[in-house]
Amino acid sequence: MIGASFPDELTFFLAATICVIGALGVVLTKHPVRAALSLVMTLFGVAVLFVEQQADFLAAVQVIVYAGAIVVLFLFVIMLLGVDKVEAMAKEPLVGQRIAALLAGLAVLVLIGVFGWGHWYSGSMSVVGSTSSGSAGIRALAEVTFTTYLLPFEVTSILLIIAVMGAVVLVRRGGGGGPGAIDKASLSGEELEHEEAQ
Amino acid sequence: MTVSVSWYLILGAILFTIGVVGLLVRRNVLIMLMCIELMLNASNLTFVSFARQHQDVGGQADVFFVLVVAAAEVVVGLAIIVSIFRKRLGATADDLSSMKG
Repeated sequence: MIGASFPDELTFFLAATICVIGALGVVLTKHPVRAALSLVMTLFGVAVLFVEQQADFLAAVQVIVYAGAIVVLFLFVIMLLGVDKVEAMAKEPLVGQRIAALLAGLAVLVLIGVFGWGHWYSGSMSVVGSTSSGSAGIRALAEVTFTTYLLPFEVTSILLIIAVMGAVVLVRRGGGGGPGAIDKASLSGEELEHEEAQ
Repeated sequence: MTVSVSWYLILGAILFTIGVVGLLVRRNVLIMLMCIELMLNASNLTFVSFARQHQDVGGQADVFFVLVVAAAEVVVGLAIIVSIFRKRLGATADDLSSMKG
């Protein structure tokens, strides 16, 4: 149909269907836990499409980091806050918001289409290094990450440390005017006043 | 011979659009974060497709970095949500109106 072998076509369309159903599930379900599980569905679909395009390592990382860590974090916070109640979707607090959102989404789709219409891609081939399948592909990715992209890689580690420290500072209950109290003040003055009243 | 790259790009555009619409429509802050994840995934898929099209492993390295940034974003975003909603009951963006003039 589109110049590919039948198993590849079948895999692509199956995974694409799973992705789209999962994405629609995230947007349309009322229950946050169901939305998180729909997100897992989409992530698995994308991982399948990564394998289909010889990005084996990224598929593994996708499943481990996204489905294994990030979605679990989402579920953990949903349970921790006890916000796993159904959102009232029937009433629309902001009049015309959904119509406007759909129009904006359509505009985004049209824009992407217009940009992609003339040339799906341009530029020169294999600038950084060429891809290959299997373990050779992982080797190529590792070589690029640790040579060409060594500085961004190191900056990434700094970013992760900052994120973890920021999360700890934000979430801890500020005892006795430490940095936690300052953060609370910057977050919400109302909250601090409430605390002082107690 | 796998499916041609343009199909993957169309799928990426569709996923990104669903993420945009979800981010604009939903009022639960957690689900808005999930929609951001959806958009990041769509861009990741596009990166990998272009990496295959160009036979250039740089696109796959970019996905790696997007993944790390997404993880950091989720950690900080969820921490902010937890610290805000400890004192409040609701979990929608409408409840965050304390700075309303």
